[in-house]
Amino acid sequence: MAQEKETVPSSLITLTVGLLVAGISVWYGQNNGLLPEQISKQAPLVDNLFDLMVTIGTALFLLVEGAIVFALIKFRRRKGDETDSPHIKGNFPLEVFWTAIPAFIVIGLGIYSVQLYSEMGGFDNVKKAVASNPAESIVELASASRSDINPLLLAQGNSIINRYGIGGNPDTAKTLPDLEVNVKGIQYAWLFNYPDSGITAGELHIPVNEDIKLNIEAEDVIHSFWLPQFRIKQDAIPGETTQLRFTATETGTYPVVCAELCGAYHGAMRTNIVIHTQEEYAQWVEDNKIARSPDFEQTVAATSQPVDDGEFMKPYVKDLGIDAESLKALQ
Amino acid sequence: MAQADLTMDHSLERNGKHPEKWNWYHYFWYNTDHKVIGIQYLVTSFAFYLIAGVMALFMRAELYTPDSDLLDPNMYNALLTNHGTMMIFFWIVPAAIGGFGNYLVPLMIGAKDMAFPNLNAIAFWLNPPAGALLIASLFFGGAQSGWTAYPPLSLVTNNIGQSFWILSIVLVGTSSILGSVNFLITIFKLKTPNMTWDELPLFCWAMIATSILALFSTPVLAIGLVLLLFDINFGTGFFRPEMGGSVVVYQHLFWFYSHPAVYLMILPIFGIMSEIVTTHARKPIFGYKAIAYSSLAICIVGLFVWVHHMFTSGTPAWMRMFFTISTLIVAVPTGVKIFSWVATLWGGKIRFTTPLLFAVGLLAMFVFGGLSGVTLGTAPFDIHVHDTYYVVAHFHYVLFGGSVFGIYAAVYHWFPKITGRMYNETWGRIHFVLTFIGTNLTFLPMHQLGMQGMPRRIAMYDAQFEALNQICTYGSMLLGFSVLPFLINMIWCWAKGKPAGRNPWHSLTLEWQTTSPPAIENFDEEPIIWAGPYDYGIDTQSLETEATVEEMLEEVGQEVR
Ligand code: HEM
Ligand SMILES: [Cu+2]
Ligand SMILES: [Cu+2]
Repeated sequence: MAQEKETVPSSLITLTVGLLVAGISVWYGQNNGLLPEQISKQAPLVDNLFDLMVTIGTALFLLVEGAIVFALIKFRRRKGDETDSPHIKGNFPLEVFWTAIPAFIVIGLGIYSVQLYSEMGGFDNVKKAVASNPAESIVELASASRSDINPLLLAQGNSIINRYGIGGNPDTAKTLPDLEVNVKGIQYAWLFNYPDSGITAGELHIPVNEDIKLNIEAEDVIHSFWLPQFRIKQDAIPGETTQLRFTATETGTYPVVCAELCGAYHGAMRTNIVIHTQEEYAQWVEDNKIARSPDFEQTVAATSQPVDDGEFMKPYVKDLGIDAESLKALQ
Repeated sequence: MAQADLTMDHSLERNGKHPEKWNWYHYFWYNTDHKVIGIQYLVTSFAFYLIAGVMALFMRAELYTPDSDLLDPNMYNALLTNHGTMMIFFWIVPAAIGGFGNYLVPLMIGAKDMAFPNLNAIAFWLNPPAGALLIASLFFGGAQSGWTAYPPLSLVTNNIGQSFWILSIVLVGTSSILGSVNFLITIFKLKTPNMTWDELPLFCWAMIATSILALFSTPVLAIGLVLLLFDINFGTGFFRPEMGGSVVVYQHLFWFYSHPAVYLMILPIFGIMSEIVTTHARKPIFGYKAIAYSSLAICIVGLFVWVHHMFTSGTPAWMRMFFTISTLIVAVPTGVKIFSWVATLWGGKIRFTTPLLFAVGLLAMFVFGGLSGVTLGTAPFDIHVHDTYYVVAHFHYVLFGGSVFGIYAAVYHWFPKITGRMYNETWGRIHFVLTFIGTNLTFLPMHQLGMQGMPRRIAMYDAQFEALNQICTYGSMLLGFSVLPFLINMIWCWAKGKPAGRNPWHSLTLEWQTTSPPAIENFDEEPIIWAGPYDYGIDTQSLETEATVEEMLEEVGQEVR
């Protein structure tokens, strides 16, 4: 063939492009830096899933966008060419290929998600543990109906089996949580009640490396309890108690955010989660047992210290119509 | 012929009761011509687009700083709610389905009108009172509980505004049901007999899928909203937990409609894409059958994914897992379409007209929105980003980058047909560039905001997010500005543009084979299908001069006679 010029073989080009795309995707999957710090046991699990999806997504993105840009340049109409392009209506094997590959990818992601969700505690294995090991201690409680308050668990620490949210994973489900806190969302604050010490607070204080369970309720409208650094979230639903169970892996102060539209000051419904060392936490409990029922100033002041923007809620306090009475009434 | 028995009321008009040509005032009143109705839908919905767009600009201005300093927060929520409501129910749905659906479907299948022209007109005329109710609600402070209107919030905030809002949505919902019935029957009964099913233009396939979805899902929304209306005004307690009701049931009713609603907003656009890409790339659509059937697949699977909007709500683990998997599956037929369009471009002779630019822009952004959609479909990750700016970013990539770009592409592509005049290509391209940059500038940074911890629907936010928010606000200003070249181009060229002729794009679908704008009953003769809708590259004759096409049509017409 006379017109054939000396060119780089196309298989070589394909190989290079493939390697390049794979390299960039893997690198970006690992180094996207889009998610905040990881403070819970669940966080690295979720981030692994996300990073995997970013890797696959980047590769697909580069290939498809690359193909579009390439086509636009290579197959642009040349000046004066008024003819149509060749009459190609499809390519069955190619179509099967690009249906099958995404199908495999999403099935893989689906299986991975289910497994991950179980590790996060999504299946709340407490119920299963109760049902399958009637010999063990917590489990004497098996007879109680699923969603109701179990009288024996109640005696042991006010433990409630909730139907919705993140609960015990296959490991933690074997034991009772170290600390339970009752969380209540009101327009526009979170109230935290510690049943074992009777403390009520506007910030969530917990010890590090302990198994924490939150029983989440809503007083008025739906709120959503979100800990961005923990990668967990659960709606607070009027008429239903939901839960989140987690272990903090580091000390520090992080935001608690309401993620469900709950009214005009929804954006101001933020507070902090403070993770102490065990000793500090014990001290905090001591200090606060004395001042049991917080008066109005204290609670609102507590909710008004987001991580780096102090006095956040203060300006709105008057608009909110929260006063000492209504707070007392809630407790 | 099938048409005769279905269009009893229409036959009056056919006997010559309508004028030769519509006058300007015919466009402002009850009219049963599908083309007039299409234009009525397009123009009214565009007006709502502008109003809702201005609302968005005010919201972005408020978010320029972390504090709530520009607007009262109640006002912010009213803007937020009505922005979303108008964009969905008064812009994308009526423009894509009501506007282009009505204008194009009868033309594309060679019919004289829709099967039920009066029903069609009634469906349109439900929209102005619905819009009036929505605007009236604003004078009472507006609904403030988001376009999702979750109780109990919607039960306790601004009852008057919320009630007006419900009535408004129920009206447009009714309109949408009437429209769907009409489209289905029109396509099944009035398709010109010599057009086989695999010669049906892909836009019509998309309209079939859209109509089926609307028909199944809209009544469920109406039920949910009517129950909500009763809870607000008549003392019932369907969604009042203190009276034994359940707030989660509302969410199921709402999303059973509203997930399919996102497909209502994109399936017609997919149809538009298929028409535009193939015409301007001068190449047959790649994988006609795959594209047609994937619309139906999306339609069916799309009915079983709604709980992915409720992964953090009162949903048990099995449900979260089931809907993770069903949601991931929807990505497959969606991917098929994307790959098919890329393959259609591949090897074509691409003309960089404005409609093609918008179509390719859509393709580029939809890929991104689809990928972020897949990440949202997995419950473990969605639990982190649900109800954050990440979701806002996702749905603006698919809705602005997808649906709105598609509508723009369609407006440019069919402008010569609808008005009989050409738009200005240079201004069209400027419009494209501004919109493309504006969209990415506004919505790309939102992904990171959401992942880092910024929830959605807030008027005041943590100061650490200020810088990214300011980028978004600048982007939105560019987007606001980008509407101007479009408006000027459209208005100017509608009045003064160069005459376009029948078929400036040398397209093969039927709507291009009649005059521009088409006569009142579309075709003088029953049109003859002499090529498949996308058979570019076999029949080079169709590419010769304008006159030839007309002559050929005439010839064909005579033969039939
Ligand atoms: C590949 C296909 C897609 C997948 C897998 C997908 C997935 C999702 C998921 C899981 C959510 C829920 C996120 C959350 O609230 O936590 C969502 C939200 C949303 N999606 Fe998609 N999506 C896809 C395509 C689309 C398309 C084509 C549209 C519309 C044209 C769309 C519009 C929306 C809207 C409007 C929301 C937000 C609803 C709201 O909460 O207000 N999506 N998407
Ligand atoms: Cu809130
Ligand atoms: Cu959805």
